[in-house]
Amino acid sequence: MAMDLSKATFWGYKRENGRVGVRNHVIILPVDDISNAAAEAVANNIKGTLALPHPYGRLQFGADLDLHFRTLIGTGCNPNVAAVVVICIEEGWAKKVADAIRATGKPVAHFGIEQHGDLDTIQRASKAAKEFVQATGERRREERPLKELWVSTKCGESDTTSGCGSNPTVGNAFDKLYPQGVTLCFGETTELTGGEHLVAARCKNDEVRKKFQFMFDRYQALVERHKTSDLMDSQPTKGNIEGGLTTIEEKALGNIQKIGRKCVVDGVLDKAEAPTGPGLWFMDSSSAAAEMVTLCAAAGFAVHLFPTGQGNVIGNPILPVIKLSANPRTVRTMGEHIDVDVSGLLRREMTPDQAGDALLECMLRTANGRLTAAEALGHREFVLTRLYESA
Amino acid sequence: MIQFVVHEEGDGVGVVVVEGVKAGQTLAGWIMEDDKDLKVQAKSDIPIGHKVALKDYKPGDTVIKYGVDIGKVVAPIKQGEHLHVHNVKTKRW
Repeated sequence: MAMDLSKATFWGYKRENGRVGVRNHVIILPVDDISNAAAEAVANNIKGTLALPHPYGRLQFGADLDLHFRTLIGTGCNPNVAAVVVICIEEGWAKKVADAIRATGKPVAHFGIEQHGDLDTIQRASKAAKEFVQATGERRREERPLKELWVSTKCGESDTTSGCGSNPTVGNAFDKLYPQGVTLCFGETTELTGGEHLVAARCKNDEVRKKFQFMFDRYQALVERHKTSDLMDSQPTKGNIEGGLTTIEEKALGNIQKIGRKCVVDGVLDKAEAPTGPGLWFMDSSSAAAEMVTLCAAAGFAVHLFPTGQGNVIGNPILPVIKLSANPRTVRTMGEHIDVDVSGLLRREMTPDQAGDALLECMLRTANGRLTAAEALGHREFVLTRLYESA
Repeated sequence: MIQFVVHEEGDGVGVVVVEGVKAGQTLAGWIMEDDKDLKVQAKSDIPIGHKVALKDYKPGDTVIKYGVDIGKVVAPIKQGEHLHVHNVKTKRW
């Protein structure tokens, strides 16, 4: 019998703006590459805080700069984050990012390095971080209805077992979460190539369909503009081909299994854009695992379902990434990375409903505090999407 | 015990879901969507996750999986042979 989710709850941290998180991180957020050293020093000084170093933030412009800010601000606003220390070479931009995060009501402090140097900045930021981490430890989980959990998905190191096992398992779970008013997200724009008509057909109305088609065509034009081959080294990847996937169309049709049979695509988001209501959202995004998961975290998602075939090891600093696989060889050789083993599906020992329920059970336990394999193994991939060269 | 799965009736390929499939072996398959059984004799060694052709193909033919076009045949393929990047290519990009 399928799991009854109508009364399901989870234990989360209710934030000042009403959003509910499942982790309680204090993050040290550098706005640019040259502030990484100070941010990492603060995280080293103050135990229980987490630095999010990254290589960008200088001389970006236009839409690429907008995306940079949107991703950093969204990461700070994510309900899995309790408090934020922002560090930037220039105080003005530290304040810009910090003020946008402050709008959520959570504690935020910001520091500029210029006119101070690293050492003074590290000292000032460490004092703020210490106050935040001590106070954050007193936050308590409370029981919340399932609909307050935001769930995103993306697959990686896919093979043919993804399309017949682990991806339909996510689809089964999404079909059960959707009627409960949960906020759901999928993306991977180029990885819909060959199945885009199936996604378009699932859009709620013509307006959503038109917006989806715009995002899809925009990414196709980008590929056409820059490609030097038929992309057989990239999409599908060498790992995909090793796993038996032959063409992008085959990969896409497997990918689309993640949105189930019944969910309707209710809206379309640009990269790192937050949804404005419950339902299933398509987010325009790269299909590179760490980039896409980072964008989901920045859009405000609190748990992530990640099916893999050949065995992707990805995690994220603030978004718990739950991995599932139906490939018996991957489950055997890379078991420490897999949270949910659904290989029984391909031995005909497990039904899709049972697999979906096993994933949902793991998702609720993760939301309640159980660490994912990626969290326990220290996977904290924080990868910002770039749109083009810096100025 | 099954050695391959097929997404739906009418698909021209199956996915091998066990390790160590050898040429000459008779493979038991399961059509997942329709919950039906079928058999095919392997004519190649086929790794786990890779596809077995369920019919003969000639260059220019379209391969159907999930009931949808997944690419074009570029070299002849016999039923039971390994179907992959050496004999099938994308129609996109």
